[in-house]
Amino acid sequence: MTTAPAGTVTQAVPLRLRERVRHWLDSEPVLAYLFMSPGWLILLLFMSYPFFLGIWISLTDRTVGLPSGEFVGFRNYAELLRDRTFHLTVMNTFIYGFVTVPFKLVLGLLLALLLNQAFPMRNVLRAALLLPWIVPTALSSLAWLMLYDAVLSPFSWLLKNWGLIESNIAFLGTRTNAIISLCIANIWRGTPFFAVAILAGLQAVPQELHEAAAIEGANRVQRFLAVTLPVIKGILVITTLFSIIWTFADFQLVYVLTKGGPANSTHIFGTYAWQIGIGGAGKLGIGAAISLYMFPVLAVLSAILLRYVRSQEA
Amino acid sequence: MVGSNRLSSRLFLLYLPLAFFTVFLLFPFYWMLIISLKPNSLLLNMKINPLYLTQFTLEHYRYLLTNTDFPRWALNTAVVTFGATFLSLTSSILMGYALGRFRFRGGNLAGTAIFLAYLIPPTLLFIPLSQVVARFGLYNSYWALILTYPTFLIPFASWLLMGYFRTIPRELEECAMIDGASRFQAMWRIILPLALPGVLSAGIFSFTLSWNEFLYALVFMGSGEMKTIPVGTVSDLIRADVFQWGPLMAAAMLGSVPVAIAYMFFVDQYVSGLTAGAVKG
Repeated sequence: MTTAPAGTVTQAVPLRLRERVRHWLDSEPVLAYLFMSPGWLILLLFMSYPFFLGIWISLTDRTVGLPSGEFVGFRNYAELLRDRTFHLTVMNTFIYGFVTVPFKLVLGLLLALLLNQAFPMRNVLRAALLLPWIVPTALSSLAWLMLYDAVLSPFSWLLKNWGLIESNIAFLGTRTNAIISLCIANIWRGTPFFAVAILAGLQAVPQELHEAAAIEGANRVQRFLAVTLPVIKGILVITTLFSIIWTFADFQLVYVLTKGGPANSTHIFGTYAWQIGIGGAGKLGIGAAISLYMFPVLAVLSAILLRYVRSQEA
Repeated sequence: MVGSNRLSSRLFLLYLPLAFFTVFLLFPFYWMLIISLKPNSLLLNMKINPLYLTQFTLEHYRYLLTNTDFPRWALNTAVVTFGATFLSLTSSILMGYALGRFRFRGGNLAGTAIFLAYLIPPTLLFIPLSQVVARFGLYNSYWALILTYPTFLIPFASWLLMGYFRTIPRELEECAMIDGASRFQAMWRIILPLALPGVLSAGIFSFTLSWNEFLYALVFMGSGEMKTIPVGTVSDLIRADVFQWGPLMAAAMLGSVPVAIAYMFFVDQYVSGLTAGAVKG
């Protein structure tokens, strides 16, 4: 039974065309580019284009009110180098991005090792302890905002109640206090991410090796260093690099807790760029320059991460 | 003797540290919950221990749902979240399939580019992007976020799905195609179902990241009634340093519930999504 009717000349031409299109579509490179096109279209329009536009804007004196703006060369960048608030911003970002990471790494590793043992309700606890990383940061930061409140803070209440302090602690009132408070909230949010990533890695640790080492008389620490650590080393490095990048480029936590205050002393790149570029005077040129000052650090971290990931693949 | 020794070692090496982590990681949520239920008269009374709840009220939730724009923010957040997730997931399945299964010139380069795109943070782009959004006339419309969220969702989801598609042996679809299936049929009927756990992970994660996003929502839809839950709560419920803690914490609770529920049902997908970058590499 043939279903195709005997083709007339007029039908045969479109049929052949369809065949050719079909043949063309069977070639892997053609299909690959076709499949990737919607994604790349969005990324080109809303990622690559704004990236280069941002470089251009940072070289102009464009403001929200005056969207054309004049080309000013590197004036915005030079101005920032003389700006004391920007100096503080750079310092804060490095403290916030790098000092919190060892805490998150160690706490996350400890938590992962704990959750890797057998105990009742293990799955419930594993699920519950990931919550800080899952819920909207802007909203959980509101809880921290109240925990740090100058009047209502339960920490101050407890310490006063125990007779350890006389008056409430100004958690967000001075630069030092505010930065420590920001770091603690950040450690709170980031520790579960480390824990779960490391926990996943621990599943690959061969149990027999552990037992063999125990029989040989190795104690917990020795077994960890000799058996566990080599297996999870890759995950530790990659998770750490990811965490540095994200923390370095953070926004919400600082925006909600201090908005860069008191007296603009706790800004990080993201919040300062927002305040200068969008929030206050709408100086888009300088704002874009602040953001782009992050780029060298991000580029170096990304290059390290990429090299590491590639070396793990090979 | 040995038993009590083991018990005390378990106590000190397992249960006490676990208790510390539980208190540290969950206390802010406990605080959120009790403040959202605490009557104002008790809230400001510093004589009472603030850590307990002696009476509770649903007044703050009633106020939030009837006297603020919260319901509208919830609608906005839902529209944006579903739109952005759908768009990202569709493009990422195609992208991940191409990167994971096709051999073509530039394939490695495209994979590297996607990985690097994943590392470009919104704080680097938001100022020029606000100009792009304005130029396209998308300001204060749902499209402003539905089209920009994919810039961080597609790299992540494509990377994750690429890993999944790679693990499926090539022979499977070659067999199907020898049996007369077209490439699209093989992809749709055989490969995609096998990659379903990955698709689910990518979808759940895209949902969460969109629901939680703050910076783009603040800049592109930060005025009037088009705010999302996080932005509306942070900018409208805090007015001139007068904190309405009850409604604020109620909003924080309600705004966290959808992701918390999604999370409860799909913990394992979350975990595999979270570790996709780190483990799969």
